[in-house]
Amino acid sequence: MTTQTQRSGGIEVEALVREFKNGPRAVDGIDLEVAQGEIYGFLGPNGAGKSTTVLMLTTLLPPTSGTARVGGFDVVEQGPQVRASIGAALQEAALDPLLTGREHMRLQTALHGLGKAERKSRGSELLERVGLAYAADRKVGAYSGGMKRRLDLALALAHRPRILFLDEPTTGLDIQSRTALWEEVARLAAEDGVTVFLTTQYLEEADALANRVGIIDHGHLVAEGTPAELKAEIGRPTVEAVPRSEQDRERMAAVLGRFGRQAGSSPRGVAVRLGGGESQLAEVVRALDSEGIAIEHLQLHAPSLDDVFLAKTGRSLEGADEEESEGAETGAVAPA
Amino acid sequence: MSDGLRGQIGQLARRSMLRTLRQPAQIVPALVFPLFLLAVNSGGLEDATNLPGFPTDSYLTFVLAVPFIQGALFSVMNSGTDLARDIETGFLNRLALTPLRGAALLSGLLAGSFLLGVVQAVAYLSVGLIAGADLAAGPAGALVILALSVSITVAFGTIGLFAALRFGSGEAVQGLFPVFFVFLFLSAMTLPLDLLTTDWFHAIASVNPVTYLLQAFRSLLIEGWNLGDLALGFGIAAAIGTLGMLAASSALKTRLVRT
Repeated sequence: MTTQTQRSGGIEVEALVREFKNGPRAVDGIDLEVAQGEIYGFLGPNGAGKSTTVLMLTTLLPPTSGTARVGGFDVVEQGPQVRASIGAALQEAALDPLLTGREHMRLQTALHGLGKAERKSRGSELLERVGLAYAADRKVGAYSGGMKRRLDLALALAHRPRILFLDEPTTGLDIQSRTALWEEVARLAAEDGVTVFLTTQYLEEADALANRVGIIDHGHLVAEGTPAELKAEIGRPTVEAVPRSEQDRERMAAVLGRFGRQAGSSPRGVAVRLGGGESQLAEVVRALDSEGIAIEHLQLHAPSLDDVFLAKTGRSLEGADEEESEGAETGAVAPA
Repeated sequence: MSDGLRGQIGQLARRSMLRTLRQPAQIVPALVFPLFLLAVNSGGLEDATNLPGFPTDSYLTFVLAVPFIQGALFSVMNSGTDLARDIETGFLNRLALTPLRGAALLSGLLAGSFLLGVVQAVAYLSVGLIAGADLAAGPAGALVILALSVSITVAFGTIGLFAALRFGSGEAVQGLFPVFFVFLFLSAMTLPLDLLTTDWFHAIASVNPVTYLLQAFRSLLIEGWNLGDLALGFGIAAAIGTLGMLAASSALKTRLVRT
């Protein structure tokens, strides 16, 4: 672990493990490091171990083994110091429906020990910042999902933490609310130097927001790097073609099959991951032309994080999600 | 007590009281149900006062002690379900991420029970006196009844907190309600202990603490000032409260496994 990260108030994790009774290891020896001011996207399907990791890093769940330092403090030995350094918005927006937004802010700032005058100004400032000033005196029970998430974020920031944990902060939000939250998180990191540890199952969220991404699957960190690095590592774009005639679809699949492995496509189209990269596109067009297959639509997709996930785990993130859900229902997957 | 702890208790007490006041469904049944039973019992069992050795000729005065205990039983449900909801929604985790101390959490949560206890005691006593019940201990006795009622309500509230922390579900807490009602029915609720002639019933009622809580109220309503009965009543409330608080503190440590 680097002393630089310790000094700067980042996150360092080494061989972190969490086992639950009668279950597999929810987190199985992960190592990661997050620098101050960095947005780290922790990407994986449901049940992969994301939330368990966050609970351990926020001191709410003791690790079975391994070490983790958050803000320079050990999560096991220095729990109170860790908690003083961090803000967290956990998976469900944990709010009291009978209290107003302002009452939530008052409670949170008071419990964090802010003085009376500061409580009021800090509460108002944060409610304003997350766009909830107009609803500050309404009971939270009447808030929409997006409003609850924004209040959750404001509460996590009440005591000016250096490190912010956001556990699937945009799950279930509409695109407008999601975008607004992304902007605020990006601003926090860029302007206030807040370190953000963000779990998500949305590829576009990790792609748009995170400086670096860690991909977790079955409790293991299977890949880590900037989104660009990870995609470059895969390096293979996908070409998707739709034949003008439905009858040509099988023939088209055979031709495209010469250029790489089949990938997910629209129902009428055929897609393959180009083994030789973008330069093969011209060959693909020529091959289809020589076979007399008329093309209605042809598109080249740059590699995505889903491609990275597929390459690292052998399945797509969307498919993995369904698989994990089924596993969870049958008790095959530990809570995470 | 440090300023920090006092401040934390104050904030959580404020929240607990706001929650209680904003949930009429918590207050109304706790007021109406015991008063309804008071009306039924005092109307239907008035002839019991003719039994030799019955301590008063007003059954209403005798049975007026019961609503205070019934009301306190609602406190088990209210404090427990409130905390269970905090566990279920993750609000307890939010609190756990602050420098909040366990003692502040439990004490603050009991503020709602305290408030409910005051409202209940004033309502039961007022309705009883208006309906014609006696208060042998006079106005000062009314204040002691208020204090005793609040003590019992808060003490029972600690059991609700323990159940919530132990089981983590509102349903489990509500499941305790019938169990506690059995304690009430197996006490000297409808007749004085001496007049319970069925052996097994007398034996159970004589070891049931609820009997002595009722007796503490009755001493003020019927006799005047009986310091022995009052000391026993307050002592039992303090014992239940202490045991409940210890059990809740222990369950909180298990529930909040923060490092």
